[in-house]
Amino acid sequence: MTETEGKTALLLLGCPQVPVQTSVAIHLCDQLRERGIAPVIAGTGSARKLIEVADPKRRYIGEVVDLDDCIDAIAEKERDFDYAYVFIHNDGGVSYAGTLSAISQAHLVGIVYGEHADETAALITFPCEVVATKATHNPMPIVVKLGKVLP
Amino acid sequence: MSCIEQIEYEILLQGASFKESAEYIKKHFREWYEVEPGYRLFDSHLIGVPPVVLGVEGEDVIFPYVKPCRGTFLLRANSPDEVAKLRAKKKR
Repeated sequence: MTETEGKTALLLLGCPQVPVQTSVAIHLCDQLRERGIAPVIAGTGSARKLIEVADPKRRYIGEVVDLDDCIDAIAEKERDFDYAYVFIHNDGGVSYAGTLSAISQAHLVGIVYGEHADETAALITFPCEVVATKATHNPMPIVVKLGKVLP
Repeated sequence: MSCIEQIEYEILLQGASFKESAEYIKKHFREWYEVEPGYRLFDSHLIGVPPVVLGVEGEDVIFPYVKPCRGTFLLRANSPDEVAKLRAKKKR
């Protein structure tokens, strides 16, 4: 039994406008499962559909829930996670990460990507581990950096 | 913020950043309050970077509404109940 066995992680997906989000999320689910951590994906309708279509037999992803419902459940203290990974490529993503910093006890990681990653990362003024790279189409820079902060 | 479509509101700003929305409230409204993200407003939980700034004018509450794909909207809605709840907090 490892230290991470039986723990849970939230992957909070925002607007899937930047292509790397879906592949990095599925990759992260795989890495978390390798460590015995159960991944739960929360996202917008289109972000969830992209994930579910890409992994139809759910070999990597697990539970997939609505973004607003998930925030409601955490805010109402009905549910929480050990780790939370927020996918951020715009100001809205920063706001969702900021919300989790206030309502969740999870270890919070902001995965910041896209053309304006540095400027977006600078908006994170609350406790949050940040993994930032300008990746838009090639997920590898994020995957490499993310690998260094996984539990 | 799933219930927002059920209330009547006016859009004061759209396309602004969350920070710009907070600054707008502080600049244009004398009465404003700071709450934590997750604060329950109109039966929904506020999304935002802490602290979230809410404005009050008369019986109207001015608040940020974040959409994942479209960013922050600054909305104004009439609600004596929400205003009373905020006024029960310490004014900043």
